[in-house]
Amino acid sequence: MSTAALQTVQLAPGQAAWQRFRRHRLALAGAVTIVILVLGSAFGPYILPFDDTYIDIMKRFAPPLSGAHILGTDELGRDVLARLMMGGRVSLSIGIVAMTIAMAVGILVGAFAGFYGGVIGAVLMRFVDAVLCFPAIFLLLALAALTEPGLMTTTLLIAATAWMSVARVVEAQVRSLREREFAIAAVAFGSSNLRIMFRELVPNAMAPIVVAATLNVAKAILLESYVSYLGFGIQPPAASWGNMLNNAQIYMTSAPWLAIAPGVAITLAVTSFNFLGDGLRDALDPRMNIP
Amino acid sequence: MARYVANRLMQAIMLLVIVSALGFAILHLAPGGPLSQFAASAQMTQEDLDRVTKQLGLDRPLPIQYLDWFGRMVRGDWGRSYRDGEPVLSVIGSHLGATLELMATATLIAVLLGCWIGVLGAVRRYSLFDSLATVGAMIALSIPTFWFGLVTIYLFSVKLGWLPSGNRHTIGDGSFLDLLHHLIAPAVVLALVETAIWGRFMRSSMLEVINQDYIRTARAKGMPEWRILTVHALRNALLPMITVAGLQFPTLLGGALVTETVFTWPGMGRLFLDSIGYRDYPVVMGILMFSAMMVLIGSLLADILYAVVDPRIRVG
Repeated sequence: MSTAALQTVQLAPGQAAWQRFRRHRLALAGAVTIVILVLGSAFGPYILPFDDTYIDIMKRFAPPLSGAHILGTDELGRDVLARLMMGGRVSLSIGIVAMTIAMAVGILVGAFAGFYGGVIGAVLMRFVDAVLCFPAIFLLLALAALTEPGLMTTTLLIAATAWMSVARVVEAQVRSLREREFAIAAVAFGSSNLRIMFRELVPNAMAPIVVAATLNVAKAILLESYVSYLGFGIQPPAASWGNMLNNAQIYMTSAPWLAIAPGVAITLAVTSFNFLGDGLRDALDPRMNIP
Repeated sequence: MARYVANRLMQAIMLLVIVSALGFAILHLAPGGPLSQFAASAQMTQEDLDRVTKQLGLDRPLPIQYLDWFGRMVRGDWGRSYRDGEPVLSVIGSHLGATLELMATATLIAVLLGCWIGVLGAVRRYSLFDSLATVGAMIALSIPTFWFGLVTIYLFSVKLGWLPSGNRHTIGDGSFLDLLHHLIAPAVVLALVETAIWGRFMRSSMLEVINQDYIRTARAKGMPEWRILTVHALRNALLPMITVAGLQFPTLLGGALVTETVFTWPGMGRLFLDSIGYRDYPVVMGILMFSAMMVLIGSLLADILYAVVDPRIRVG
């Protein structure tokens, strides 16, 4: 501390952010956990000698650590670890893809509403307010009930219920940045509105956007688990962390391990993304202090 | 003040119109439209279908249908359930009590526990308690509610046998103690996320207040610390929590839906899922609209209440 305080080393903004991020040990742990979960889901199924949909009636309900099945088998004799890994592929990619779509829509709507303001802004933001009135899980389930369930629909529906909060963040940022000197200078240079919006304003609002994106992955993974648990998301025989818990409730007394593994996986993934988002918030913008 | 309330009321009514249009649009987005349930029946010929379409006025232009639907909705006619022909509003009404009971209990637990954790965390900032509370809150926010419910059932109903695993009361027994016995587990499960949120907001609100000049003045006067905290700090720190209560409402409602499913609690969330299973669109739409209205009214009340207790707000 003492030597560091005496020397004034000029750090690049990126470097300073990295140093702040590194101090946030939980965020670092979150990032490591995410990497492990992603690598495990991506490459694990190639290493494991079991197929996630292979049914072996003779080996139903094998408890964990008994024989070859590390996490045991489920009610159809399928290997729980293999399903956990394949389910991880589904749940994590839904989280990331849904977030990407939600961010794209949210940034677009938020940037237009914040930049143009007036009637366009008011109409867009009132629309956002109106959609936010519906509790996300209610809206998601109602829409899921109306459509054919599957990977694609689940991802799109989660994105459809998640973009509004992003739009709010971006709108507020763009609206305040629009009045700053660099934006006025860009207007004076004769830059087009689109260029000002997406080359000047949105990049300067990147810190809160990145934080929102990270927290949105967490939210999307949680939402997927809710819809799939309730039977309106990913359909069996394909596995997702949510639908693995769908059947687990019935076998709670006889085979509790079926409920534990997927639940821990979801909690681990969501906690990691939340800690990561928290750490990024501290790192990217120390002034931003949202509880 | 009257002006502020009128203003907020106008905004809420405008939002309600947009919300209703959205609800109407979703209902008509349904594959096959509002009649898909009838159309699926083998006994229904195309002729029958055409006749019903005409009878229900579904052949008219959409904007006209919307105005008609909106008019009837405002007057309390929300259509009838496909399942048993009951009016949608009375179906919702018969399930609302259970949900409100669950939500109110969970909120009570969350407010008391969350405020206590938040205040203590703020007063002993960066202490072991504060760090544990912060990490704990983050984990609580990340645990899927239904999974926490499953684990609770496994531990307290299956293993220990202390609590019932579901339902609102034992059949044939509706005594207060029996109701309370059934309420504990679902209320605590629903309260987990709420407690985390209240704790975090309370902590930051309290931190803001503790650093104000008037707190320093109170200290300088030699006022005892407990009195500073309870009389001066806590009272002011609690004000912004009114807004939190309003903002929290959708999450609370969504959490109630999931909790009710796990604990087979006969409330609105359970009804919603059953209706989805039956493709009972009028009820599904009714609950969707009803919950959005509850959220809207909740945030309106929170804003007005905040303006009443904090005069600074009204100016803006």
